[in-house]
Amino acid sequence: MFLSNDVQGNTEMLERHIVQPADAEHPTILSTEDLHVYYGKKEAISEGDLRFASNQITALIGPSGSGKSTFLRSLNRMNDRIATVTGRIMYRGVDINQPSIDVYEMRRRVGMVFQRPNPFAKSIYDNIAFALRLRGTTDKHELDEIVETSLKQAALWNQVKDDLNKSALALSGGQAQRLCIARAIAVKPDILLLDEPASALDPVSTSQLEDTLLELKQNYSIIIVTHNMQQAGRISEYTAFFNQGRVLEYDTTSHIFTNPQVQITSDYVSGNFG
Amino acid sequence: MMKSTQQLEQQLKRHSKAAKLEIWGKVVSFSALILIVAVVVGIIGFVASKGLATFFTNHVSLWDFLSGKSWNPGVTDANGKPEVGALPMIMGSFLITVLSAIVATPFAIGTAVFMNEISPNKGAKILQPVTELLVGIPSVVYGFIGLSVVVPATRAIFGGSGFGILSGTCVLFVMILPTVTSMSVDALRAVPRYYREASLALGATQWQTIYKVVLRAATPGLMTAVVFGMARAFGEALAVQMVIGNAALMPGSLVDPSSTLTSVLTTGIGNTVMGSLQNNALWSLALVLLLMSLVFNLIVRLIGRKGRLQ
Repeated sequence: MFLSNDVQGNTEMLERHIVQPADAEHPTILSTEDLHVYYGKKEAISEGDLRFASNQITALIGPSGSGKSTFLRSLNRMNDRIATVTGRIMYRGVDINQPSIDVYEMRRRVGMVFQRPNPFAKSIYDNIAFALRLRGTTDKHELDEIVETSLKQAALWNQVKDDLNKSALALSGGQAQRLCIARAIAVKPDILLLDEPASALDPVSTSQLEDTLLELKQNYSIIIVTHNMQQAGRISEYTAFFNQGRVLEYDTTSHIFTNPQVQITSDYVSGNFG
Repeated sequence: MMKSTQQLEQQLKRHSKAAKLEIWGKVVSFSALILIVAVVVGIIGFVASKGLATFFTNHVSLWDFLSGKSWNPGVTDANGKPEVGALPMIMGSFLITVLSAIVATPFAIGTAVFMNEISPNKGAKILQPVTELLVGIPSVVYGFIGLSVVVPATRAIFGGSGFGILSGTCVLFVMILPTVTSMSVDALRAVPRYYREASLALGATQWQTIYKVVLRAATPGLMTAVVFGMARAFGEALAVQMVIGNAALMPGSLVDPSSTLTSVLTTGIGNTVMGSLQNNALWSLALVLLLMSLVFNLIVRLIGRKGRLQ
């Protein structure tokens, strides 16, 4: 026992290990610089500088309360009225964490899907057309077309194409979550942020959702918070490990899962804590 | 073996203190229920028997009562029929109720939106206590302020006596505003937070979110709030009686003295003899009031059910 512990080599473990993605085919689309998030005086994110590769899936993992959801919600300024976010959030070279940024226009480019499927109490069609209509699209043909392509991209079209005018609240949990994805991609964002999108779903719906995300990464850059480490392993190229408001390790997913450099990451991905 | 089984059975069947308390609790709550039901049935039965006497004992036709324009129960008209036309009061009650609801609703919903969506902190600190205070002010105070401020103001602006439906509407507007506001706040609060988040995350502005998502989702609750406000306006007696002028005439305009069901009841009920036509006619007005409040309750129920089905 004593010996094996020693041999595993705790001495080589690092305190923090960050490898930002460097892949010419997938240039950085979004990055955070010197990002700090405060709830009142309490600092919720103290070290969270990450670069996100375009058209890839990046998973944010970590124990409850580690700040990964807070970090994600800061990326499209959903924390504006809740928390104080300092530092820069660079999106294609523009700092979107400035007061002069039109958050409504920015959120069209950086869409978000939440933990709990949250369709509006409207028809399936109206749910997807909602954001388009807000932006003044009234042409019926255009709306029809976008509704259809969005639903197809979210792998929901075949199940609901005859029920577009039925209430979205009648959908099952998995269908409702894919409707929320369709609703988010209807405005053709660049980046899709997902906050534990599968945590309220059964295994079959989860697996379908993961397939959908793998399809979507051709057109979107995806950042996903997940509690499910197998899920991170299955779908993401990069994984960031959060603990107590800090990113402790960031690397390719295969490195994080097979050869973590930080002790806590190692404990977490092997299920010893968290 | 046998003995221990018997012991166990005895223990299990013993009437413990807890079991006795349970029976007591059931008896007490059941008798409370019986009492309430008895009171409600008693009131409805009493008002109905008195109110219907006008039609069955005094042989006034229901149509004359509902459509007649002249209210003077002690006097008989040229055909020898008593003058018990309640239309002016029914009209007065409905007009004043609908008008005050129309005026109060936008203010109430606007206040509720401010309190719940735009500035929850200030809303909770300032507006919440203010609305609660407004609810607690006795109606005679509202009536007195109406009498000494609103009536002279109406007189100065529109001429005439100043008494009338317009003054009544002004007073009722302030009286039902807190009711409608606090119920609207409840309705907005019941809209799940994730609706707002979903809308904002899609790039909707806060106003678009309020208008297109929150208010839509809260519509059944907001309608309930308005109907409750109308029920309160319809049933309010004292304050209205003080400013409306109490002339049982068809309201020619909003600034003519007129009357409502409640104001005629409060002014007339002490001046009649039980069992006389004058007295029965007042009971008939009370019956109309009672039926109307039942209708308001029914509407609230229907809206609530429709809201749940969504």
